[in-house]
Amino acid sequence: MVFAAGGCLLPCFGCIAVKRRDVLAALAAGGVLLGSERVHAAAAQPKRGGRIRVASLSSSTADTLDPAKGALSTDYARHYTLYSGLTQYDAQLRPQMALAQTIVSTDNTTWVAKLRAGVQFHDGKSLTALDVVYSLMRHKDASVGSKVKAIADQFKSIRAASTNEVVIELGGANGDLPTLLADSHFVIIKDGTTDFRTAVGTGPYRLKEFIPGVRTVAVRNDNYWKSGRPYLDEIELIGIPDESSRVNALLSGDVQLINAVNPRSIKRIRASMTSEVLETKSGLYTDLIMRQDMAPTRNPDFTMAMKLLLDRELINRALFRGFATVANDHPIAPSNPYFLQGLPQRQFDPDRARFLLKRANLLDIRLPVYATPAAEGSVDMASVLQESAARIGLKLAVNRVPADGYWSNHWMKHPMGFGNTNPRPTCDMLFSLMYKSDAAWNVSGWNNAQFDQLLLAARAETDEARRKQMYGDMQVLIHEHCGVGIPVFISLMDGYDKRLKGMGSIPIGGLMGYSFADHVWWDA
Amino acid sequence: VRQVALLIARRVAWAVLTLLLVSLVVFLITSLLPGDAAEEALGQGATPETVAALRTQLGLDQPAYLRYWHWLTGMFAGNPGQSLANNMPVGELIAQRLPKSLVLAGLTAAVAVPLALLIGVWSAMYRGSRLDRVLNVMTLSMVAVPEFLVATVGVLILAVKLQWLPALSSPPANADLGQFLRAYALPVLTLCFVIVAQMARMTRAALIDQLGQPYIENAVLKGLRPARVTLRHALPNAIGPIANAVALSLSYLLGGAIIVETIFNYPGIASLMVDAVTSRDMPLLQTCAMIFCTAYLLLVLLADVCAIVSNPRLRT
Repeated sequence: MVFAAGGCLLPCFGCIAVKRRDVLAALAAGGVLLGSERVHAAAAQPKRGGRIRVASLSSSTADTLDPAKGALSTDYARHYTLYSGLTQYDAQLRPQMALAQTIVSTDNTTWVAKLRAGVQFHDGKSLTALDVVYSLMRHKDASVGSKVKAIADQFKSIRAASTNEVVIELGGANGDLPTLLADSHFVIIKDGTTDFRTAVGTGPYRLKEFIPGVRTVAVRNDNYWKSGRPYLDEIELIGIPDESSRVNALLSGDVQLINAVNPRSIKRIRASMTSEVLETKSGLYTDLIMRQDMAPTRNPDFTMAMKLLLDRELINRALFRGFATVANDHPIAPSNPYFLQGLPQRQFDPDRARFLLKRANLLDIRLPVYATPAAEGSVDMASVLQESAARIGLKLAVNRVPADGYWSNHWMKHPMGFGNTNPRPTCDMLFSLMYKSDAAWNVSGWNNAQFDQLLLAARAETDEARRKQMYGDMQVLIHEHCGVGIPVFISLMDGYDKRLKGMGSIPIGGLMGYSFADHVWWDA
Repeated sequence: VRQVALLIARRVAWAVLTLLLVSLVVFLITSLLPGDAAEEALGQGATPETVAALRTQLGLDQPAYLRYWHWLTGMFAGNPGQSLANNMPVGELIAQRLPKSLVLAGLTAAVAVPLALLIGVWSAMYRGSRLDRVLNVMTLSMVAVPEFLVATVGVLILAVKLQWLPALSSPPANADLGQFLRAYALPVLTLCFVIVAQMARMTRAALIDQLGQPYIENAVLKGLRPARVTLRHALPNAIGPIANAVALSLSYLLGGAIIVETIFNYPGIASLMVDAVTSRDMPLLQTCAMIFCTAYLLLVLLADVCAIVSNPRLRT
């Protein structure tokens, strides 16, 4: 598999974001039907200069400049602003070459990455293979506290073959390596860096000020490896945890870009004339977890009954005002190229659920469902489920627990509870992390030998069609047998000042997959 | 003077003991919280292996009493330790935030205290009149409205609709006076709503209590003007309770400003402490608790000194 450097894809993000209505309006205003490329060129001529302030939903003293420790949206955005990776995502989450010029493998196990020439860190030091080796291997060291240790553990060895060539030896075949390396945790730092009070990267902006929990200020890196970029003079990143404060700050002009807009606020933002909302269809989901190693949820009839009791249409309409996509109890979103077409949609079917529960003799039990504000929408989903269950005579109690400490104390620890999974760039990563029998976050304690076998086979499979077939089979297995109910995929909503141009969707996260800094410009 | 010095000395001794107890209680309560700094830092991605490694690195594998002892001895040596969440010195984190909180508290006090005293004295002088009733209703309704509502409505009207004031309170480092005042206008307004009413009502009550005393009747019978009676005769005797009410209200401005800090994204010390709780950052949390406790004790002490100095009868 060969991934070659290409520059043409990224500048096109602008047009992906433009809604069809707007394009039509623009065409009508022009009076003539122009070719789409000419419209694009006329609408989007990047300018230099300008200063923006960006507010994401989280900021605390745990904010970090260490890519390995990045935990929340502000961290990811900060890291993509200051550092670059070997690769970066495009709008379809395919890997585009960044600091690497090529990443090549013949067997999906031994990969050779050739580095781009002439790249310099913010302090003037040239990028070498040793920096890459250090940046990637440190994730395997448990004392680093890396969030992606589980992924980095598949690096068997990484060595510098020359000053600009790195050989990555994997423990087993994985054709997705170039995609994995685009993750914000795998950005490149200087060889030997242990002090993260400042950030010396190769990213589009250099650090000017960093106060954890308060702000990050970054100024344009004139020495950036993408010629002509970046565009802005300065970016200030802050966190505003309170959603209405965040929206108010956008509407009052205090900030120019925000993420995590609640669907309830969308009308207000669109009514403002000065700001706009961007919907990114993503693979983010909140799932109902039914542990397969605890009673009574291990009963397959019970598991299926709960999936049938999820009123997906209602959840989509009432909780997310349509800014979500109905899901089918497996984690692959329709936008994913490996999404299995033709798998029948599971419908809301209380009668069948009642029949199954009766057959399992579990209709009369009382069972708590754990929900928390930490898993987006789960408290409301639990209430909807409770309602539906009550109508067929099943008594569920909603245990609402605080977000604080949810993941360590409740998640995966009760027979039935909610969890939340962020979008992942590849099927393999999602399946390996959350669905493989021995995965650390196998949330439902699911154990399916056939699934595990398919997963390993798909990693080594170089034939695209057969790989797609395998991922399709795995979706069916999860849909039928796994202990998770996935009602909807939640769209990521960003709000932005209309003068901010170049915004688009990279469905790994909001804020253009956290990498807006590389793409946006200010048109004032 | 000797009596004041004695009082201060005794209070300081008590204060040190109180702080010690508070730090112990805070430590014990936070150790009861589920999860520790390592688990919180790794969040959803925690595995037993990574948690264990991070615990060792953060020193959380030591027994609790040892960790407390290390923090305590460090504190006495003037070093509150390293933050567990981001490995920065706690002193540095506090130094970034405490001045901000003090500026906000100082500005609010500068507006709220004179305003509250004015309202209190005025309504006491004209107690029972229509003016008194209007002020009464006003202050009562100010107490009744929760501050997040005041702040949100303020932002909606003044920042979003009229765009006169910023919705966030973050003046640039080199702000001129205009920018500075604009940035602080909404937070100060909100905090004033909360504390003016309490202080004004306490002032009114304390003054009215004095105005009913026989010596005031005597003064009035001597033919003194009402203003002089209130300010020269009654007020000095009411300063004790008023100073106490003011101290209590002001002590709220450091730790209690959390809602205002959240809504206006103001980087003060209250949100720092909330962060410390969420990330189970013991050294930072302990130090914040110490600061709040010290500020409270200091204000109460100041109020007592005020009362003694102003009141001849307490000076014997």
